[in-house]
Amino acid sequence: MNINLTLIGQSIAFAIFVWFCVKYVWPPITAAMEARQKKIADGLSAADRASRDLELAQEKASKELHKAKEDAAALIDQANKRAAQIVEASKDDARKEGERLIEQARAEIQQERVQARDALRAEVAALAVAGAEKILETSVDAKAHSEMLEKLAAEL
Amino acid sequence: MAADTPVEYIKHHLQNLTYGKLPEGYERADGTLVDEATWTFARTAQEASDMGFMAFHVDTLGWSLFMGILFLGLFRFAAKRATTGVPTGLQNVVEMTVEFIQGVVRDGFHARNPLIAPLALTIFVWILLMNCLKLIPVDYIPSIAHALGLEYFKIVPTTDPNGTFGISIGVFLLIIFYSLKVKGIGGFTKELSMQPFNHWSLIPFNLFLEILVLIVKPISLALRLFGNMYAGEVVFILIALLPLWIQWTLNVPWAIFHILVVVLQAFIFTTLTVVYLSAAHEDH
Repeated sequence: MNINLTLIGQSIAFAIFVWFCVKYVWPPITAAMEARQKKIADGLSAADRASRDLELAQEKASKELHKAKEDAAALIDQANKRAAQIVEASKDDARKEGERLIEQARAEIQQERVQARDALRAEVAALAVAGAEKILETSVDAKAHSEMLEKLAAEL
Repeated sequence: MAADTPVEYIKHHLQNLTYGKLPEGYERADGTLVDEATWTFARTAQEASDMGFMAFHVDTLGWSLFMGILFLGLFRFAAKRATTGVPTGLQNVVEMTVEFIQGVVRDGFHARNPLIAPLALTIFVWILLMNCLKLIPVDYIPSIAHALGLEYFKIVPTTDPNGTFGISIGVFLLIIFYSLKVKGIGGFTKELSMQPFNHWSLIPFNLFLEILVLIVKPISLALRLFGNMYAGEVVFILIALLPLWIQWTLNVPWAIFHILVVVLQAFIFTTLTVVYLSAAHEDH
């Protein structure tokens, strides 16, 4: 248990070890640890940012979807209206056309009736003249009596 | 081994391998006279003691250097290969130790000084490694040394007061250095003379008290570590004197207990160093 030069030797060794540790051991280890800490912190904040971005994107997507649905509904509505209009318009046209056709047919019928009546009237006049000739045994000058016959025919 | 009786065995185990200077005309253990002052290995405890201050404990210096270089080598190796990615193996151990020391320094040291943390790391790991040598059974290494022709061999540097005082004196010099640097000569003198009683008539008393407190710091550091390690070593040696078949019943619990003690003593030395240096940085 003697105190001797070992004491000084030990102190010198201690000083050298501390110097070496300060210069070559401590800085690289703590630098690596700090760098890793920073890396982890960056990673975490990036993950945070990404999840926030994702949330925003989802919100945006759902908004877009909603808008698209609304647009589609509006389009369908419009198309329906348009179709109804077209159907209505064609119904209208058809009805008008039908009426026109009916009108035309009526006019034709009227015309034919007038013609038929005229023909009948002429026939009746001729028949009457023939009848009268037979009765009178004389010919009736059709020309001389045409005025009277026509008057008769008009009365029919 | 020169260990016929238990007392001799114990004394033998507690003697360092000493290389020192024997004075002219010294009569050695075997009766020969030293013609002129020579440097040689001490053959007995008496010779080692008679060498006085001019001697080295080769075992203490050798093992503490070995442990210091082992510490620096391992940590330097890890530091060189340190990655910022996922750490593995050795890097994990090293980083855990560094973080632990950072915690100790953060809690105990309230100024800013980039030297303190690596200093604390060096003290902690170095003392821990030196203390751990104690867990090697007491006869292993001395037997090998004996076979190599070395009479005495004590492997645990912290069971040698030279080993512990060597470190605590280094700490003491740092305390003085930083006290002077931070407070200046005037501030430091004032701190020593005007506390705890701030009155001119009590300056001598204050000086006596404060200088005593200052000097007690390294002594308590060194003696606490030395005392714990030395006492533990003595108990290991006593256990080694028992019959072989019963030794393990005492040896194993004591060794397990000492796993705690070696770490605790290294931790206490480190923490107190940090606290003392923190006090040295405090400017009133």
